[in-house]
Amino acid sequence: MNFFELLWALRDGLIISVEIFFLTLALSLPLGLLICLGRMSKIKPIAWFFKLYISVMRGTPLMLQLFVVYFLPYYLFSVKLKYMGDNWLFTAVIAGFALNYAAYFAEIYRGGISSVPEGQYEAAKVLGISRSKTFFIIILPQVFKRVLPAVTNEIITLVKDTSLAFAIGLIEMFTRAKQLASKEVSMLPYAAAALIYYLFNLAVAGVMSFIEKKMNRYRIK
Amino acid sequence: MAYLEIKDFTKSFGENQVLKGIDFTLEKGEVLSIIGSSGSGKTTLLRCVNFLEKPDFGSMTVDGETLIGDGIKDTERTLRQKRLNFGLVFQSFNLFPHFTVIKNVTLAPELLLKENYAAFCKTERSKSARKEYLAAKRTEIHETGKELLAKVGLSEKAESYPWQLSGGQQQRVAIARALAMRPKVLCFDEPTSALDPELTGEVLKVIRSLKGDGRTMIIVTHEMEFAKNVSDKIIYLADGKIEDCGTPEEIFGGARSEKLNAFLASVNDKGEA
Ligand SMILES: Nc1ncnc2c1ncn2[C@@H]1O[C@H](COP(=O)(O)OP(=O)(O)OP(=O)(O)O)[C@@H](O)[C@H]1O
Ligand SMILES: [Mg+2]
Repeated sequence: MNFFELLWALRDGLIISVEIFFLTLALSLPLGLLICLGRMSKIKPIAWFFKLYISVMRGTPLMLQLFVVYFLPYYLFSVKLKYMGDNWLFTAVIAGFALNYAAYFAEIYRGGISSVPEGQYEAAKVLGISRSKTFFIIILPQVFKRVLPAVTNEIITLVKDTSLAFAIGLIEMFTRAKQLASKEVSMLPYAAAALIYYLFNLAVAGVMSFIEKKMNRYRIK
Repeated sequence: MAYLEIKDFTKSFGENQVLKGIDFTLEKGEVLSIIGSSGSGKTTLLRCVNFLEKPDFGSMTVDGETLIGDGIKDTERTLRQKRLNFGLVFQSFNLFPHFTVIKNVTLAPELLLKENYAAFCKTERSKSARKEYLAAKRTEIHETGKELLAKVGLSEKAESYPWQLSGGQQQRVAIARALAMRPKVLCFDEPTSALDPELTGEVLKVIRSLKGDGRTMIIVTHEMEFAKNVSDKIIYLADGKIEDCGTPEEIFGGARSEKLNAFLASVNDKGEA
């Protein structure tokens, strides 16, 4: 196979990788916000729980977490994995990724929220704006602007991390490249995969800098 | 009964008693200035009046309605409504950086409209009447917003963002924003303290014009000359108590307490330095 044929042969794997990427983002960005709110809760036990959650998720390897999620039904409920259905592998990967990335996003949001000056809350208060509207209309947009660079970093890491799904046997792009490499007895499939990851990230960086430009019409202190 | 009546406001932070029984009254259309050295409790008093802090003790009546007093329990909702009796302009402006100038001014009225609209819809079944109501109110809010910006001399900045404005301009937007909620009493906490000296004039001029409109105002300030000119009444706060209180002529006419004279002298020194 020449290089272009290899790129083509990687397409199934790429689709899986892209699916992991988008589903993880779609789930972990909002989930991260919930975890962040839990972490900042005034109710101590709730705050402690999420603090522990975040520290465990960030302090242990994602690969290991994928195993835990994948085998959880078996260990918790003694359900044999073959009864979990054909999609379980994929579902477990998405769940594992989302739970992990949500913890990182939660910490990023937390930094963003605590950097919004107290005066913003007070200005909203004296104008009679309710607490929930203050959060969603006044605070959150500023938080998003503040955390965008950090979120971009995580998203770029996520593109590369999708390859970890191989750990529990999901055939995404990297796994596919490995199969091709051993079949072709060549390093070329890896080079093809690397090129695709790189282009993928280039596109991600492009989209993020577009969003950043959009947000640049206003500035925050 | 006076338009605004505050009785025995007391407030402590832990061991530190910051307000030790503050009483004063204000008539409609009057301007009250509060002066006093740093840490005397001026900001705390203003924050209690604006429901940003809860006084430990005391009562407050505005326009015949008792807002703070014995046995009055507030929910988040009633607090929010009570706050709207007052407007507050902060030392540090606190504009919303992600909204344009006009949006800063119209945001709170628009959000309030949404709440009122929900209530309106409960009694009004006709779709077209609802639409009309919403459109009319929206136009009104926008028109008022533009008028207020004209009032503070910033019509041409309506579509700018706060970062594009000077400090003085930002503070004028903050004043317009507070006025948009039609407060009965407008409060200022050192509105010019964060400004370069050459920018204080434009803000003070706006406040003076509000006095001309008959606005009831409470102004915490270090600008003695301004306090002298704009106030009907001045309170000198020292160590959480009203140490002296009177007309500008009385306060600045000399022959008052040692403390006040010392304070005024110290402010003068700073002014000349
Ligand atoms: N949230 C708070 N928690 C604890 N102490 C506070 C708090 N707010 C104010 N204080 C204390 O209350 C006292 C009065 O503060 P306040 O801000 O009301 O003074 P001020 O007269 O406005 O002073 P300045 O002229 O410096 O603005 C100070 O000793 C201050 O440290
Ligand atoms: Mg103060």
